[in-house]
Amino acid sequence: MELDKVFQLFKFMEQENILLSFKGVVTSDLLTSVLQIVESKLNYMEEEKRIKKRVFHVLIECIQNLYHHAEDTENIAMLVISKEKSNFIIKTGNYIDVERSKSLSLKLDKINKLDKDGLKQFYLESLSDGNLSQKGTAGLGFIDIARKSGNKLNYEFIPMNEKYHFFSLEIKI
Amino acid sequence: MNNLTLEGSAKTPTISFDTNGKLELKGRSIPENSVEFYKQLNDWIDAYSNVPATSTIVDVKLEYFNTSSSKCILDLFKKLELLHRTGRETVINWYYESDDEDMQEAGLDYKAILTIPFELVEVEEI
Repeated sequence: MELDKVFQLFKFMEQENILLSFKGVVTSDLLTSVLQIVESKLNYMEEEKRIKKRVFHVLIECIQNLYHHAEDTENIAMLVISKEKSNFIIKTGNYIDVERSKSLSLKLDKINKLDKDGLKQFYLESLSDGNLSQKGTAGLGFIDIARKSGNKLNYEFIPMNEKYHFFSLEIKI
Repeated sequence: MNNLTLEGSAKTPTISFDTNGKLELKGRSIPENSVEFYKQLNDWIDAYSNVPATSTIVDVKLEYFNTSSSKCILDLFKKLELLHRTGRETVINWYYESDDEDMQEAGLDYKAILTIPFELVEVEEI
């Protein structure tokens, strides 16, 4: 990156009101650090405690999704948390296996069609029927994110090659 | 058998399981993979269920829990439900702070699935 881009990047991050952005390998230690940083930033903000807790909760699920499912060989992913007007926005990006993108897309579409009660029902069904995977994932993450967010989950897949798509997700809280 | 006492960490809750029937989980439960952490709790409850106290009171005072934990917590509650079915008094108290409707809702979720006495306890601060 050229030196004059530093100011451009600074301006951009300021305009977008970015609280934290990260791109790189998602490890368990990194996850702990990101949560610590965001939690301390949230503590300084004059927001309702209820909202801060919700943002933190959704963030936990989002970055643990990245930790478990960033599917290129190096587990690289991106995360941006920003504040737009009265909403917190969490955006994530990662490579995903083409096959898995199909089932994920079906799941997200299903979630986006459900209202509050429908989401609760789907959550309860998945919680009582489901089993944990080897990774300890319960298949509940996106349902939980949608319940806490109260908004539709915006997403897109960008085809990369025959093996991977790039998965972008936006959550508004 | 011995009591189970675990100090909380950034991602795991403080555990105090006493053979006298007072069990408490407190803090955060957000490990990436909760299976390993909850195995020791489940093992303890299995052993305890063979020699339970007259009454078992489980206080759950969680600040955050992730979806990986939510499944493990349900499994743990189901073990307590089995104990309750043997006729032993067993109660789960789910604590939530008065302004934390999400944690209240999470308690209601479990209450809807379980048949064991499950109380939601509203407090000012956990």
